[in-house]
Amino acid sequence: MIRILPFPLLSLLLWLAWMLLNGFSWGHALLGLLLALLLPLATRPFWPNVPRLRNLPRLLRFLALVHWDIVVANLTVALLILRSPRRLRPAFVELPLALTDDFAITVLMSTISLTPGTVSADVSEDRATLLIHVLDVDDPEALVAEIKQRYERPLKEIFEC
Amino acid sequence: MDSLVEFLVAAFILLGAAFALIGSIGLARLPDFYLRLHGPTKASTLGVGGMIMASLLFFSWQAQTLQLQEVLIVLFLFITAPVSAHMLAKAAMHRGLARRKDTKGRPWKQ
Repeated sequence: MIRILPFPLLSLLLWLAWMLLNGFSWGHALLGLLLALLLPLATRPFWPNVPRLRNLPRLLRFLALVHWDIVVANLTVALLILRSPRRLRPAFVELPLALTDDFAITVLMSTISLTPGTVSADVSEDRATLLIHVLDVDDPEALVAEIKQRYERPLKEIFEC
Repeated sequence: MDSLVEFLVAAFILLGAAFALIGSIGLARLPDFYLRLHGPTKASTLGVGGMIMASLLFFSWQAQTLQLQEVLIVLFLFITAPVSAHMLAKAAMHRGLARRKDTKGRPWKQ
């Protein structure tokens, strides 16, 4: 089971992507199935530690939350940009990570970068700290606490335990 | 019904265009490299998002079935955009680009 289908979810996603790209036909369904089986096998060595999805409903809730936050943050940042740039309070903020899984950290960094107003700039060698650049921040500690509570905690539940 | 769909499509195109424009204004106006990084994140989220909603609505309406190719664009964009932002920030820190003087905290040595 593990050897034939190392990443069932990845296979499903690949197949769906293939079907969306090509439109539905039985030929493409079969070809897509073949690719969805072969590609995860071929890329198996790229994943030394296989990320495990432990909580699917939580993941869906997390995705909805992130989309909503992106919309809200877009509006806030639009106002910030249109005001005088001199009034911005930029900062580099360090966020101590509680996540340990590489893939979970990647997802957290992507979430931070996709939400306008914050860009994740670097992660430390020992995967213990994240460096974030913020466009406008009043209280860096409050921001760190919010990111940890809003994004990191759900990710920990989704990918770790 | 036709005019309602047209209205919605137009509204989404305008919304997307407005955010892409504001993102570009940010790119032009903001004072240092790290701040300018924040401009494109807006263009690549709500800017593209608005266009995609418009495209999805228009083509689904035209074909009278749900067309979902656009979802793939969002998926690929959401995977790749943070990576390029991250690489840009790392390169900027490596070259020690100047940041605005009142920036709190400091970048890491690369």
